[in-house]
Parts: sequence; C-alpha cells; structure tokens
Amino acid sequence: MERDNHQEGEAQGVKISDPPSVNNPPGDNLATSLSLLGNHMFPDVAERNDGASISKEETPVSLCSDVTAEQQSLDAELHSNQVTKLETEETENSECFNDVCTQQSDGGSEGAATDNDQSDSGEFVVTMLAKAKLEEQGIGVKGRSSPLLEAGTQESPAFMSHRDEDVTAESWRQHRKHVFVLSEAGKPIYSRYGSEEALSSTMGVMMALVSFVQSGDNIIRSVYSEEHTVVFLQKGPLVLVCVSSSRQSERQLRGELLYVYYQIISMLTQASISRIFEHKKNYDLRRLLAGSEKILDGLLNLVDSDPSFLLAAVHCLPLASSLRDSLSQILQKAITPNLVFSILIANNQLLTIVQEKTVIEDTRLEPADVHLLLNLIGASSAFQAGEIWTPICLPLFNPDCYFYAYISYLDPPECTVCLLLLSTDKEAFYAVAECKRKIEEAMVAQNSLSLIAKVQSYSVSQVGVSDLRHFMYKPFDVPDNYRQLTQFTSPEMEAPYSSEEEKMRLLDLYRYMHSRIHSTSRPLKLIYHVAERETLLAWVTSKFELYTCFSPLVTKACAITAITKLLRWIKKEEDRLFIRYPPKYSTTPNPSKSSRGGKSDQQDATDNGFLSLL
Amino acid sequence: MGENLPRVPGGARLRCDTLGRPVQTLRVKMVLLGGSGVGKSTLAQRFVKDEFRMTTPTVGCAYLTRVVHLSNVSLRFEIWDTAGQEKYHSVTPLYYRGAHAALLVYDISKRETFIRAQVWLKELEKHYIEGSTVVWLVGNKGDLEEDRQVSVQEGQGLANDRGLFFIETSALSGDQVSNLLIDVAHRVYECTGAQQGGLSEWQEAPLGDLHHRDTSSLMTSCCKVGP
Ligand SMILES: Nc1nc2c(ncn2[C@@H]2O[C@H](COP(=O)(O)OP(=O)(O)OP(=O)(O)O)[C@@H](O)[C@H]2O)c(=O)[nH]1
Ligand SMILES: [Mg+2]
Repeated sequence: MERDNHQEGEAQGVKISDPPSVNNPPGDNLATSLSLLGNHMFPDVAERNDGASISKEETPVSLCSDVTAEQQSLDAELHSNQVTKLETEETENSECFNDVCTQQSDGGSEGAATDNDQSDSGEFVVTMLAKAKLEEQGIGVKGRSSPLLEAGTQESPAFMSHRDEDVTAESWRQHRKHVFVLSEAGKPIYSRYGSEEALSSTMGVMMALVSFVQSGDNIIRSVYSEEHTVVFLQKGPLVLVCVSSSRQSERQLRGELLYVYYQIISMLTQASISRIFEHKKNYDLRRLLAGSEKILDGLLNLVDSDPSFLLAAVHCLPLASSLRDSLSQILQKAITPNLVFSILIANNQLLTIVQEKTVIEDTRLEPADVHLLLNLIGASSAFQAGEIWTPICLPLFNPDCYFYAYISYLDPPECTVCLLLLSTDKEAFYAVAECKRKIEEAMVAQNSLSLIAKVQSYSVSQVGVSDLRHFMYKPFDVPDNYRQLTQFTSPEMEAPYSSEEEKMRLLDLYRYMHSRIHSTSRPLKLIYHVAERETLLAWVTSKFELYTCFSPLVTKACAITAITKLLRWIKKEEDRLFIRYPPKYSTTPNPSKSSRGGKSDQQDATDNGFLSLL
Repeated sequence: MGENLPRVPGGARLRCDTLGRPVQTLRVKMVLLGGSGVGKSTLAQRFVKDEFRMTTPTVGCAYLTRVVHLSNVSLRFEIWDTAGQEKYHSVTPLYYRGAHAALLVYDISKRETFIRAQVWLKELEKHYIEGSTVVWLVGNKGDLEEDRQVSVQEGQGLANDRGLFFIETSALSGDQVSNLLIDVAHRVYECTGAQQGGLSEWQEAPLGDLHHRDTSSLMTSCCKVGP
C-alpha cells in the first residue's frame, strides 16, 4: 500500500517537473501536486532503527526495498549473491559521481531481510575487526617493520594529525567515518584515523574479505550492521573501504571513496599506480604518499562539511557580473602557449575560470577535478610561501597525465585570493609566472583586490521569505547552450545552524534527502520531510535540483509559496550567483592536446620515474 | 662589472657602491634539496623574510626570491625550494637544472636524511655539476643538539671528501642562516659571477613596486659584508 503511494508520488513528481518560469510559477505546480498527494505521500523512512532518529515520521514505514536489498547476512554462504551484489560495470563516463550504479535488485532477497540478518552481518564484521584489533596490540610491539618508515612518520610532528591515535581505544571506534585505503596485496596505504601501520592487521582482514568474495567471482560492495555501513570500492590495484556510522547511503559513501581515489590519482596518476603494482605487487605505496596524508585528511573533512561534494557541483562566490567579467578579461589577456586553465579563487571558492578553447573542445572541466584542486590548495599552507610549480593530474580530465600547476597568492600576507594557472608544458614556469605578473598588474590597475575583499557570501534573508532558513540550488546547465561546469548556489548557514554540530546536522538532513531523491531502486522527484526541528523540501526537475530547509512550523502552503519566491529570486540574481558564460582563450596555435591525447603522449607524460624507485 | 653603467629600469632599486657607482643586479639560481622534513622550506622562509613559520610539506616546488647586496653587486637569488617527498623526485631535475648554487640539506637529528643528502649529491654530480654549481652541505636543526645523530665531524668530513662547503644551521633559531646566504652569495659571485656568461643580469619587470617583497630589509643585515 505504502508502495503505491510512493509510485503515485513519483508520477506526480514527473508532472511537476516543468521548468520554472515567471509566467508559470513552479510553485503552482508544486502546490497542486502537494495538495493532490495529501499528507501521506512523502512518508519518511527511518532506514535504520538506531534510536537517534532525526525525523518525526508522517507515516512510519518499514524498511524500504533499496535498503533491504542490501541487507545481507554475511554468515550465509559468502560466495552467493546473498552477500554481494554483482557489480555491473561502473559507468566510466565523466559524470562518475553521478553514476547510476545499476545494481541488480536480487528479487530473492528483496524484502526478505530482517533486522536480525542485518545485525548479524554487522556483528560479524565488527567481531572480525575487533579480533584484528586484538592482534594489533601484539603487532604494535613486535611489528616495527621498517625503521625508515617509523622515522618517516616521526620525522615532523607538525605534519601529523590523527596518525598517532591509539587504535585500540574506544574513542578510535567512535569516529563517525573511517576511511581506509589498501593495496590488493593487503598492504595498508592510508587510514583517516590511527597509523596505517598499527592497523595493518585490520586492513588485512578487510582484504581477506574482499578476496574471499572475489574468489567466488563476486565483488563485495557493502556490509550493513545496526550502527555501521561498510562500503568497499575497488579501483585498479587499490581497495578503498569506508566504515561509517553516518546515515548516508551506500552510494553516497562510495562517491566519497571515489573522491579519495581521485585525490590519490591527482598526485600519482592512474597509469603510474598500475605500473608500479604490475611490477611489484606488494609495493608499499606509502612511500609515494608520504606527506600527503594531510591532503587526504583535508579532503575527508571537506567531504563531510561541504555540500559541493554531495552535489558534485562547484560553489562560486557571488559577484557582480561586471566585476566577474572584468576578472575574466584580465585572465583572458594574460596567456602563454600551452596554458589551458586560468582559475581565480577567493577563500576557497571560485571567482572565475577561463579555459583554453581547443583542449577542452570535446570536454568540460568536471566539478570533481575542481574540488580536488581546491582541496589541494586549502590543505597546504605551503602555497602561501612563494610561487608553486608542481605536477598535478586532473583525474576526470585525464587520469594518466600531468598538468603543471602554477599556484600563487595575489594578496600576501592575507593569502585569500589565489591564482591557479594550468599548463601542459613542464618547462613553462617562467612564461606562466610572467602571466601572473600581468594579471597582478591589471588587478592593481583596476583595484580588483579591494573589490574582491568586499565580496561576501549572501544571507538567506536576502530572498525575503521568513520561514526559509537555508537552501541549495543546483541548475542543470546554465545557460542551456553552454556545456559548462556544474554549479550550485547556497546562502551562508546562519542561526540556528551556526554551530559546527548544527551545521553538520543540517548537512546530514540534506544528505538524507539527497539519498532518497537519488535512490537507485526508488528515486523520488519530490520529498516533503517534517523533521523534529525543521521541515525540508527537496525537489528535482529536468532543470534543477533544489533542497530547502524551513522552520518547523511552516505549512505546506507556505513552503510552496516560498519556493516560488525563491526560484524567482534566483532567476533574478542568476548573473551574480553563477559563472554564466565561462570565457575562453586560445593559447595553443597547434593544439597538441597532450594532456588528453593519444597513447604515445600518455606514455611519455606518465614516465615520471617512479619505476626507478622499485 | 661595476664599471659598466647598469640599466635599472625600475629606477627604484638603483643602488650605488661605496664609490658612488651604480650597482648591477645579477640573477642567481639556487636550489634546496634534501629529504622531506629536514627544514628546506623553513630555511627558505628565513632567507626570504627572516622569520620562522610553521610549514606543511612542499608540493612540487616553491619559487621564492631575495636580493642580497654585496658591496659592488646585487644578487637576486631565485630560490627553488623543492619537495623532499619521494613522489616528486622524478620531477626534481626540472628544478635543479642550471642552478648556480645547490644546498643539500639534512637534519642532524636524523641519520637517514644524511644518507638521503648523499643520494642527492650523487645525482647532482652525475648530471649537473660541471664546476658551475656551488654545492653546500647543510646540517639543519642544529638546535636539536641532544638528539644529534650526525656529528659535525662527519658532516665536515663528507664535505671535504667531495669538495663541498659545509655549515650547520638552525632554521628554528635562525642561527647561521644569514651567514650561509651571504657565504653562498660571495662564492657564487666569485666562481661564476665574473665569468663571461656566468650570471645573467636581472631585468626588472615594468611594475617595479610590485616586487617590494624581493627586496626586504637586507641592506642592514648583509650589505656590509664585502669580499
Ligand atoms: N627544531 C628544529 N625544527 C625545524 C628546523 N627547521 C625546520 N624545522 C621543523 O621541521 C619541520 C619540517 O620543516 P620543513 O621546512 O617544512 O621541511 P622541508 O624540508 O621543507 O620538507 P618538504 O617540503 O616535505 O621537503 C617543520 O615542523 C619545521 O618547523 C630547525 O632548524 N630546528
Ligand atoms: Mg618544504
């Protein structure tokens, strides 16, 4: 019955997906559909009954099918489909983070799983992990494998973060989200908390799980327990594992693991990683990642706290279009051969981005690549000293090649405005640095820095809707005829979401809404969710994806009017909120497309000498 | 060299020697090599701003500049502070190629960084030394006397064997850091500066005042030291 409701809801959702326009305010559609649907149409599903319920249910519903399909009992035969879902080839298109992971909904298990199954499987893993931890204590004493590595980690206390955590302590287990990276040979590569070395046997157990399932020609994707979701992602010779007590969907967690993978690729390239492991299966990749833990730590913190990752879209700083245009023009004029991207960043948000015409003819810069760049810059205070010239790979653009990035702050000592110039020529430092001088000069002439300094994110109060507390709006392709960087806009998080905890709580609600909207088994177009301390409405159409948060007392009618107003306001402010027409330049008279090009180029570019280290 | 009337397009940095003759500015490329965490970036901060700042591991390479005034010439040091992390080793030749001065930095409290410095030395010798690069062996973190793993004698011994200059510094306290830079300046100028085609002249970009960072208050600290 409840199932029927949902389907009806979806059907309605399709109908209301007309693009908003001034003549035909979307709210009207929304209003009709919501009133048609009545009160029971968007029941809230508590996917796991772990007590910390965030929502007041309008209609309590049992576990929904997309969850149950994933509840597998681990102690059942491990090699059967009961435990694992057959992985259907991941769609390796550019939209990796939006990939529709076409899971096989195994008819047999659907709806069959019970709470017991769920906790059993969880207990199994937890027990295994706990066992591993006991062994760890022994290992911690005798297992000082490599004195060099020991020294490596002690080398500089300032570089350490959670590396020195006691992995046997209860506090270690309490972390909301653990992330582990290991090699196929079971060698630890990265752990978000605690040193990889101390965790080597835990990782060994994980790898054992992975390979055991693999031996049955299957791929382990996830394990659920009452409190934890364990998600596995295998990419080439690397295995990434997330153990999360957040209420995120498997798909969201897998998307986060992909970001971690891509950040590793951005430093080493996919080609060199595969080649290294082809030559030496049990290579210790930590040798090459040493010193980059901070970048991965930073990424995981951002993933938790910045909705850009969830939405797979970039957030640009709102800017009067005249100012943005003038900045773009400054970048457009400062060019040199083989320059492909010029990016201006303030406080870790995009001001503008200019791209080479030919290199990006058949592609576009992916938000994920921008996120990785922004994280690299944010996580490293190293950039504040001098001008940086470093190889960097944009994994979604081309996972096997390096660009050379010139990174420099334009406003020392404050270091808020950062210029990033990407070239395909590793010898181009002086030429690219000269571009920066030109940019600096033009910005001085136009007084740009002081104008940028005044720019702020906006307050939701500017929308002028009293019950609206916050929103996230992601248009698909603005304007339609420009294939461009996917963006979203969102106001500052203000009271009652000013504390870190409250911010996180709101983000968790958004993540929950997002997982419902993007559920693989039962995607929804529209969700009206009455939670304890706020009411949320998420709506996806062919033109946009919108998440809104209202005060708890809002009525449905009010919410609808509010959204109508909000969409009108966004339309009006569009030029300020988004980079509307990303400018281009032409720097490559004879486009080599070297960073995108054929095999021979790639061979050359990836011959970065890592193999000589083996 | 001082005889030729130098072109100083910016004008602002026109400097005269003791006899009132304008002084030339020459470019010096200096590269910092050594294991991760030995203090290369911290040293570079000292060179450029004479301050101690907490750092994070360098990504790729950082390029910084600092002008050192000798009595009859100004040297504009272009400092390439490389990343010690292993993943960047393959690109490091990009940065040390054509350097006039190379500082091989190790941490006196970590023996393996001393060994690492020797690996760098081998590589430098193999490709790029050719008598045109002045190489310094720098034992940094001299303040960590109680944790010392590499003795002064050992460092000095290696330097003598291989024909390097040697010094121990502390980027934390600043001890010996400016002495090192001035020494390097003199040696580079002696070895290559006067040679034909040794050091090229620094042509200041049109917007002189944007480069005020380059010319921090060095006059006071080092211009008095003459050859
Ligand atoms: N006690 C002491 N600590 C120092 C000294 N110099 C640097 N450090 C510390 O050593 C750590 C590493 O310094 P960095 O300058 O970043 O090392 P680096 O050689 O640039 O490292 P990479 O960029 O990874 O190659 C930092 O925590 C510094 O504060 C010193 O002279 N004495
Ligand atoms: Mg450094």
